[in-house]
This record gives sequence, C-alpha cells and structure tokens, in this order.
Amino acid sequence: MTGPDPVLPPAELGRGPGFFRVRSGRGAREEGARAALIATISTLVFVLVAGLVIVNSPNWPKVRQQFFDPTAFREAWPDVLHGFWTDIKMFVIAMIAIPIIALVLAVARSFRGPAFFPLKALAIGFIDVMRGIPMILLILLLGFGVPALDISGVPSGAMFWGVTALTLSYAAYTAEIIRSGIDAVPESQRSSARAIGLTQGQALRYAILPQAVRNVIPALMNTVVSLQKDVALVSVLGVREAVREAQIYTANTFNYTSYLAATALFLAVSIPLVRVVDHLTKRDRARRMQVAV
Amino acid sequence: MSGGKLRVEGLVKRYGERLVLDGIDLAVDEHQVVCLIGPSGSGKSTLLRCVDLLEPIDGGRILLDGDDIAAPGANANAVRRRVGIVFQSFNLFPHMSILDNVTLGPRKVLKLDKADAEARAMELLDRLAVAEHAGKYPEQLSGGQQQRVALARSLVADPEILLLDEVTSALDPELVGEVLSAIRDLATDGMTIVMATHEMGFAREVADRIDFLHEGKVLESGPPSQVLKEPVEERTRQFLKRVIEAGRL
Repeated sequence: MTGPDPVLPPAELGRGPGFFRVRSGRGAREEGARAALIATISTLVFVLVAGLVIVNSPNWPKVRQQFFDPTAFREAWPDVLHGFWTDIKMFVIAMIAIPIIALVLAVARSFRGPAFFPLKALAIGFIDVMRGIPMILLILLLGFGVPALDISGVPSGAMFWGVTALTLSYAAYTAEIIRSGIDAVPESQRSSARAIGLTQGQALRYAILPQAVRNVIPALMNTVVSLQKDVALVSVLGVREAVREAQIYTANTFNYTSYLAATALFLAVSIPLVRVVDHLTKRDRARRMQVAV
Repeated sequence: MSGGKLRVEGLVKRYGERLVLDGIDLAVDEHQVVCLIGPSGSGKSTLLRCVDLLEPIDGGRILLDGDDIAAPGANANAVRRRVGIVFQSFNLFPHMSILDNVTLGPRKVLKLDKADAEARAMELLDRLAVAEHAGKYPEQLSGGQQQRVALARSLVADPEILLLDEVTSALDPELVGEVLSAIRDLATDGMTIVMATHEMGFAREVADRIDFLHEGKVLESGPPSQVLKEPVEERTRQFLKRVIEAGRL
C-alpha cells in the first residue's frame, strides 16, 4: 500500500488494520517506510522462531516424512486437483440455488397479515429445522437416506443430495441474514411504499428488498467464503472431491501429504475471496459514513 | 355537517391499551383545506395514517366520496391510489433516483409505460421546481427539495385528496418556506388537503377550517380567525399560548 485509500473519510485513516497503512502529511513517507521495516523484521523473527520450535520438536523427522513429502505431493496432486474441480462445481451450483431459496424464505417470513400465516409458519419451521441440524448430519441423512428410499424419478447420486443438503442448510442461514436486512429498513419506507398504492409484494420487491440486501452484503459475502470450504463436507458421502481424493491417497500410502495438497487448493481460492470480501466491507462502511456526514 | 369528499365518523384507534383516537369526527369538502393542530400525541398523525389505511382502525367509519373505505373487504390498495400522503420525514426511497421515486407508483400501480410515467413525473417535478434534480439520489438533495419530491410522488397518481403529516417539522427553518409555498400553490389550484401542522401562521393564511385535536378528540373546530383568535375551549387557549411563546404564531 502506498497511500491512504481516497474513499476513506479522514476519521478512518490510521485506524485501519494494515501494518503498512501510511498517514498522509509531511514525513509520512519516512514514517511509513520505518513501519514497514519494523513489520518485516518482526514477521521474519516470528517465522524463524516458530520454525525452529517445530523443526526441533522430537517427532519432527517423522512428521516431515508423513506430511511434507514432495514425492507424495506430486503423486497425490493430479487426483486431488481433479477432485477440487468437483468442489468448485458443487460450490457454483449451490451458489446459484441458495440465493433463490433464501429469498423465497425471507420474503415468506416477512409477509404480514393473517392470510399469509401458513406460508410464514412453514418458512419459520423450515428455517428452524435446517439451522438446528449439524450440517454434516444433514448431508448424511439426505445423502444416504433419500437414495435408500428408491423413489422412482428421484435422483440418487451422492453429489446431488450432498449439494442439496448444503443448499438447504445455507439457504436457511442466508434467509435469516436477508430477514435481518429487511428488519433494518425503517418502517416508514414500507409505509410510503404502501401509500403510493404498491401491494405488499410490490413494496417488498421495489422498495424494501433492494435496501435490505444492500444492508447485509458483507454478511452475505462471508457466507460465500464459508460455503466454499464447506463443500468438502460432502466427502462423507464418498463423493470424490479434493478431501476424499486426499483421503484415498492417505489410505493407500499412509502418507498425509495429500491433505496438504487439498489445503493448498482451498486456500488458493478462499484467501482471494476473503480479500475481496474485506474490500467490499470496507467500501460499504466508507459509503455509510459518508452518507452519515 | 358537510364532508362531501371525506367524512370520518366516530373513529377509534388503540395502540394496545392506549386510546389514541377517541371517536374522532372530521368532515372535508372538495377543494377545502383543513388544518389539524394540537399538541404532540393528540392523534393528528394517527388520524391521517388511518385515513390512508396505513393503520387498521378499531371503530368508526371513514367515507371517501361516500364509500366506506375502511369496511372489511374494501380494497385498501385501490383506496391508497385515491389518497395521497406525505410524511414528516420525506421517506423517499434512497436506492432510487428522484425520477424513479416519482415514477414507481405510476408504473407499477397505474401500469403506465415508462415514457408516459416519466412525462407525468417530470411535469410535476417541474411544477415543484425540482426537475433539475431528476437524475440525482435523495441523499444529494436538501430536506426542502426532498420534501417537494415527496409531494410530487404523492401527486403523480392524481389523488382526490392530499394528506400532509407535519411535512415541514423535520426541515431546517430556512427550508420551510419553499415547501409551504408549494402547498399554497396546490391549495390555490383547488386540491383538497388535510394537513397536520405546527405552522400556525400558514394555517391561518391557507386553511378554510382548523380542527384542534386533544387526547384523540376534536375539541374545537372552526374558521382560522375564530379558532386561533377567539378560541372557546380552555385547552385550545393554553395550546395557542405555548405556541405563541415559542414564536410560531
């Protein structure tokens, strides 16, 4: 980072989480360079000390062989990478399905009036149950349970039910996030939407939801990051995604390096994703503060 | 009793245990301007919200052109098309441009196409002297400008009656005038208006009648000259005395 982010209002400067955030004004450049130097040195010292502690631990030679074996890494890599594509596919499918279901649930939950009670009760019941079941249990239940019923016309693939379980569980959480966004829109907005003659549905669609979703974008983005990792849970159904492939390799060779390969792949996607989320969150906060001023 | 346009009979409204409207009667003729005055909590806002069916009522009748609009089974959405309301806090939609704020109703409710809706909206924005801001967002406008846009938004559906709920109370003092003058123009053009307000000077000048509300009842009603100058009721006198002390009359 070479200078302060121009969108940030002055109060934000110097309060950011970055080590290298530079204050504006005279002498800022030297001060920034010094801060960067100190940060670099302390990081190096920390890594060095941590590394020495690990390398000198009594079982290090054994661990190195089992977890950090370059040959094993190369051997396991193609299968793990292939499995990771399956993870990405599941992630993308769930990412498309979740917002649709979540929106339906959130809207059903926030409808008012006795006529909508059954719809509302259904949505609340669904959300409560989905949020109450550990994700891995839901995956096991749907993944093994539904195919066992052998209903004709219903898909029986493990991946299909794994993704379905993920989608339903995440949709319930996402619906709650959207609902909190709906609740945060002032009641007066609903009044004025109804006052110009919009129906309850139109008021939600045109006046409330656009504001509600904007309110919760950071929370929604965090859900995306979390989903990207949770697809690995589908491995319990035997779906040959990255973690499963790594497990298979380990089972055949008693070497755990394949898990590191899977870890590297997940990190390669999740870290950039987290950065993007951070950036969006920061931008959103800056925008809000500017509006508040 | 008159009330050819709007007639409220024995309106009762409770919030839980609290009785907010205690059998209110109100009669408004076509082209009439009626100002509702009274202390905060006397029920002015609630009355207006009830007339626009934004609050369910607990008793009484609301007749618009003789139709009982609050009757069970009445189409509330259809009624709201006939009644315009503007709130104290503008309540423009912050995620939409000024023009979109005004055209949303016509396009979705009256099903006008985009060009027609925009032509109609621009005409009103022009009349309220905010046409130049059509492409901006509400947060870029001053309070007075936002409130005039809110007026345009409620007028664009061609309402039969306009309800104004303390529309200048949230404004900086120097912005009050521009909004009041817009309302004055509407009144001159023959709009039927019911207006809750603390602007006694404006009420005296524009109103055909002033109703003084106290604890959910209309305590005193009459032409401005009588209610403001020679109030009969002790409560009205006390209220006006405080208003004068505050420099608002």
